[in-house]
Amino acid sequence: MELKHLLWGSATAVMVGAPVTAQTQVEFWHAFTGRLGELVAAQVETFNNSQSDYVVEATHKGNYSETLNAGIAAFRAGEQPDILMVFEVGTATMMAAKGAIKPVYEVMADSGADFDSDAYIGAVKGYYTTAEGEMLSLPFNSSTPVLWVNRDALEAAGIDPDTDMSTWEQVGGVLDKLKEAGSECPMTTAWQSWIHLENLSAYHDTPFATKANGFGGVDTELALNGDVQVAHIQAMGDWAKEGKFIYAGRRNEGGANFRSGDCALFTESSAGYAGIKAEAKFDFEVRPLPYWASAVDAPQNTIIGGASLWVMAGQSDEEYKGVAEFLNFLSSAEVQAQWHQDTGYLPITSAAADLTREQGFYEANPGTDVAVKQMTTNAPTENSKGLRLGSFDQIRGIIDEELEAVWSGDKDAKTALDSAKQRGDELLRRFEQANR
Amino acid sequence: MEKRVTFKGLWLPLLLVLPQIVITAVFFFYPAGQAIWQSLFIPDPFGLSMQYVGLGNFEYLLGNPYYRASFVTTAVFSILVTVVSMGIALYLAVLADRLIKGSGVYRTLLIWPYAVAPAVAGVLWLFMFNTRVGVVSWYLGLLGYDWNHVLNGEEAMGLVVVASAWGRISYNFLFFLAGLQAIPKSVIEAAAIDGARFWTRFRTIVFPLLSPTTFFLLVVNIVYAFFETFGVIHTITSGGPQQSTTILVYKVYADGFVGQDLGSSAAQSVILLVIVGLLTIVQFKFIERRVHY
Repeated sequence: MELKHLLWGSATAVMVGAPVTAQTQVEFWHAFTGRLGELVAAQVETFNNSQSDYVVEATHKGNYSETLNAGIAAFRAGEQPDILMVFEVGTATMMAAKGAIKPVYEVMADSGADFDSDAYIGAVKGYYTTAEGEMLSLPFNSSTPVLWVNRDALEAAGIDPDTDMSTWEQVGGVLDKLKEAGSECPMTTAWQSWIHLENLSAYHDTPFATKANGFGGVDTELALNGDVQVAHIQAMGDWAKEGKFIYAGRRNEGGANFRSGDCALFTESSAGYAGIKAEAKFDFEVRPLPYWASAVDAPQNTIIGGASLWVMAGQSDEEYKGVAEFLNFLSSAEVQAQWHQDTGYLPITSAAADLTREQGFYEANPGTDVAVKQMTTNAPTENSKGLRLGSFDQIRGIIDEELEAVWSGDKDAKTALDSAKQRGDELLRRFEQANR
Repeated sequence: MEKRVTFKGLWLPLLLVLPQIVITAVFFFYPAGQAIWQSLFIPDPFGLSMQYVGLGNFEYLLGNPYYRASFVTTAVFSILVTVVSMGIALYLAVLADRLIKGSGVYRTLLIWPYAVAPAVAGVLWLFMFNTRVGVVSWYLGLLGYDWNHVLNGEEAMGLVVVASAWGRISYNFLFFLAGLQAIPKSVIEAAAIDGARFWTRFRTIVFPLLSPTTFFLLVVNIVYAFFETFGVIHTITSGGPQQSTTILVYKVYADGFVGQDLGSSAAQSVILLVIVGLLTIVQFKFIERRVHY
């Protein structure tokens, strides 16, 4: 019995093994762990089982920065993967590396795959397309900032939890009341530069950088010290001084404070949904990001954060065909709708958003469509398409430092943002020089 | 008279030191040479193109007030880490040296923190001092002190110094204890009979006789504070707030791996190389003269 089983086993192994070697391997490096890692693995498995010509091999390479560095080091050694996940702030770096990447629109055209870039949601793909509208990388996980509200905390402070908080003026009033009622943490935030400067600028249709936010060329300069930005950061700084805005850290440290019920309001990515839903023991709600009624009549659209998939240069045509197939699979409405519903990330195609609506997901999970609406209500302008700045990860670090100076009361908003512009511009000039 | 054994000829001795030379060349000279070479260029991250800028990277760095401030930060940080970790270690070693019973247990317990990797140590301290959920910051809050190393540069510096020094105390303790036990008891007993109290004996006999150990630890600890504390700083502050904990080696990482600015990163490595070289020369030239072997 035992021997027979063993023989059977090896026989099937040989039979299964033979075609595997004939399949084309497609290497895919990503930055996801935990639940997101599992979901990516499941997508890859579904793709591998759906056809027999290609095998996608997904490998986790650390966090976003580490994955990008792994890709760069691998390229220098001639061992680059077919597909590399790069976070949105690395877009300019990848785009400038013309010899290292193969634009997605080219991959699709060469392989003869069915590809319509109009199927993708403008505000999502805009971040990753050229000024001419050619798609360079495939948006993978995209989110946008929203306002998270702890309804119980509002009620406890004697505030109607349904009170309008569409504008920062209204939020200011709510913060006053929360503070008066003795709240220890009326508001906190995650990703301060992304939400309170990059998105603030796009949302108010104000440039964050010259040359169409860097889309027009590497000789761009920061413009984040404009009136709208200074007024907002000054207001936030005043709130910090009065104990109405509590700063928790540069990344999403504030999330723990909100999920534990400490904080009443929280500006964070729409992708925070899964974590908040799992942990919050209070009645919470998603609201659109507030805007300043004093600056605009109605907000423009917010921009995305997250990552996209870049196809690396120097692979065989056969592998590029596999890549095209896999990217098409990822963009299909079913896969996208599932991803959107599982993670809280935005759907990348309108078809996926429609499918999700038809499936009744938005009705069953109120608030999950706030981010989608916020992104898609208006067609993106030059100021709200996205950002394309070199060394942007490091520029964000500079912005973080300057904002911290405002929150601690060391600098006023104008001084801090002027300094951020000056220091950031130095890095942009270095980047321009490196990519001449 | 000193007796020296020498080899005749040139080939045999050369052959015998060859492995050492090869290792040094491959793992030290070659990378250092590469760093010096790269510091003269501004390359793009993917290695597709390079532009010769001469000393442009150095000019750019030294003209940057934040980089210059980083020297001061590094000096303050290194001195604090060295003084704190060596001071506490010496104190503990002196106490342990006087123990008659149970010194083995004491020693073992004190060595444990050394086994904790800097990054893990950083996370542990970060948990304790987390501004909202940390145990220590909560108690400080009860005492009316509002701990916030996320915004307060001095508190951030204090925290990274404590976290860096903590793991290092064990290492220093071991060496100090061994050094103390190597001091002949007869010398100390003779002083005691002459009427010297503990403090006098320590100051005039023990500390001078301990100086080779102290000198060695001084060199090793400064090098540690310069280079190996990266993990602690990365996990606790990431160099913030407002660069108040950005030491030179952290900036090498930030420019090279976050900013992908390899030219600037290489130039900084060269500057670090020079600083460490100078420090070592100073230490051996001037401080070693005061050391009694």
